[in-house]
Amino acid sequence: MTIHEKGSAPAIRMFHVHKRYGKRNALVDITLDIASQEFVFVTGPSGAGKTTLLKLLHLVEPVSEGQILIDGINLSRIPSSRIPYLRRKIGIIFQDYKLISTKNVFENVALVLEVMNVKRSQIKKKVSSVLRVVGMEDRMNSFPLSLSGGEQQRVAIARAVVGDPKIILADEPTGSLDSDSANVVMGLLKGFNERGATIVVATHDHDIIRSTGARTVNLLDGRLEEPVKAEVEA
Amino acid sequence: MIFFIKRALLDIRDNRFMHLIAIITIALSVLIVSAFVLFFVNASEILNTWKQGVRVMAYLKPDVADSQVLVIKQTILGMPGVEDVVFISREEALELLKADMKRQASLFENLGENQLPDAFEIHMVASARSWGKVEILAREIESVSQIEDVEYGQKWLGRFSSIFNLFRITGFAMGALFFLAAVFIVANTIRLILYSRREEVEIMRLVGASDGFIKAPLYIEGIIQGAFGGVLGVLTLFAAYLAISANMGEGIAGTFFQLKFLSFGAWFGIIICSMFLGWLGCYLSLKQFLKA
Repeated sequence: MTIHEKGSAPAIRMFHVHKRYGKRNALVDITLDIASQEFVFVTGPSGAGKTTLLKLLHLVEPVSEGQILIDGINLSRIPSSRIPYLRRKIGIIFQDYKLISTKNVFENVALVLEVMNVKRSQIKKKVSSVLRVVGMEDRMNSFPLSLSGGEQQRVAIARAVVGDPKIILADEPTGSLDSDSANVVMGLLKGFNERGATIVVATHDHDIIRSTGARTVNLLDGRLEEPVKAEVEA
Repeated sequence: MIFFIKRALLDIRDNRFMHLIAIITIALSVLIVSAFVLFFVNASEILNTWKQGVRVMAYLKPDVADSQVLVIKQTILGMPGVEDVVFISREEALELLKADMKRQASLFENLGENQLPDAFEIHMVASARSWGKVEILAREIESVSQIEDVEYGQKWLGRFSSIFNLFRITGFAMGALFFLAAVFIVANTIRLILYSRREEVEIMRLVGASDGFIKAPLYIEGIIQGAFGGVLGVLTLFAAYLAISANMGEGIAGTFFQLKFLSFGAWFGIIICSMFLGWLGCYLSLKQFLKA
């Protein structure tokens, strides 16, 4: 399998990664490269380890064994105080959207830029622009609970991309959506991939995978079904 | 900073009921502690006024020769803590008594021989006006053979002083307890707010918010709570003071002393302390919450 199909250096590298919760093995010996600007699906049945893999990439959980490099940074070597700064380079989308219900659409998206200490005038400009791209500009004053599932996911995508991250992780982004909304969401993700973002989508929706034609990484019981040989550099 | 203050104010607006509880708790604690402070300020004032009038009277034996009076006076003057010694002869003492009891002048007409003794009125330096030192001085004066008796009236003031000190210690202990209770309640209020917003905090972390970004508005909220609680507590005390002093002015107590309120410095100190209290409560709950 060709690894560096689009970008030059890999955006994500995993070397013999293991993740254990007590005695249970969630991920076993995962070695995987994802090239910069690549669109990858991580697929497999429930409990296969898709979400765990994304959690490791987003530094929500530490690896039990092995190493992960994101954009050349070894995750096991960065101090915990630096984790927020690295997370700002990664956009994340969840199946349950994880929008703050007390904040409106604009505030939810603006949060990412506020965290990055961006100026107020810039925030206004950038959030409006991203909401226009996802087609939610006219709902920026609405609160999440007044939106449909598809609309909420579009807001979540806007939040994930507003900080111009190099990598976007999506955990079952179409899991709660009807097929029309799911197509809109995948269309948006493909659009951001074409603009240069590396996208990793965990899903078990084979229709979506087929329609996209992107590389698929299959997980079964925490192992790569067809191990991908990474071009490990010394 | 303005951004964090704005966020803090919005959070207070969104969680106003919980913040109100914290503010009332702080206000009550401040009220109780500052009421103690006010009591001590006024009691100290009264005690100091009474201490100013402390003097020791040494009565001479009837057979002391005039030539010895100066020697005894010098002896007493040489004792530690003595500022001034005034000799009051038995004649002067009678005149003073008559002047004090003008309305009962008829009593003196039938008195016959002057029964009053010669005496020394001893004043002490300010630093020696404590009850322990007065007692030591009195015993020393009593050891002079020509002295028949020593009186340092207002002995009860000594007892009052001891009781006052006991109150002071109790006051400090209670103040510390109320402070701890207020810290505990503020910490729990902030913890409740944090638990009600734990999903929001989790999302903030997921989008790259540092702990400082999450904590800053909460610290500001704690300080604002403390400031509001402190001002409310002091103002309530001031209202109570106005009511009490208005009633006292009309009664007997008003003729003895003027009730004082806390100085501006004390007001300021109390409000700063309550702001610290709000911050501390916040610090304790955040430390635990963000670790979890």
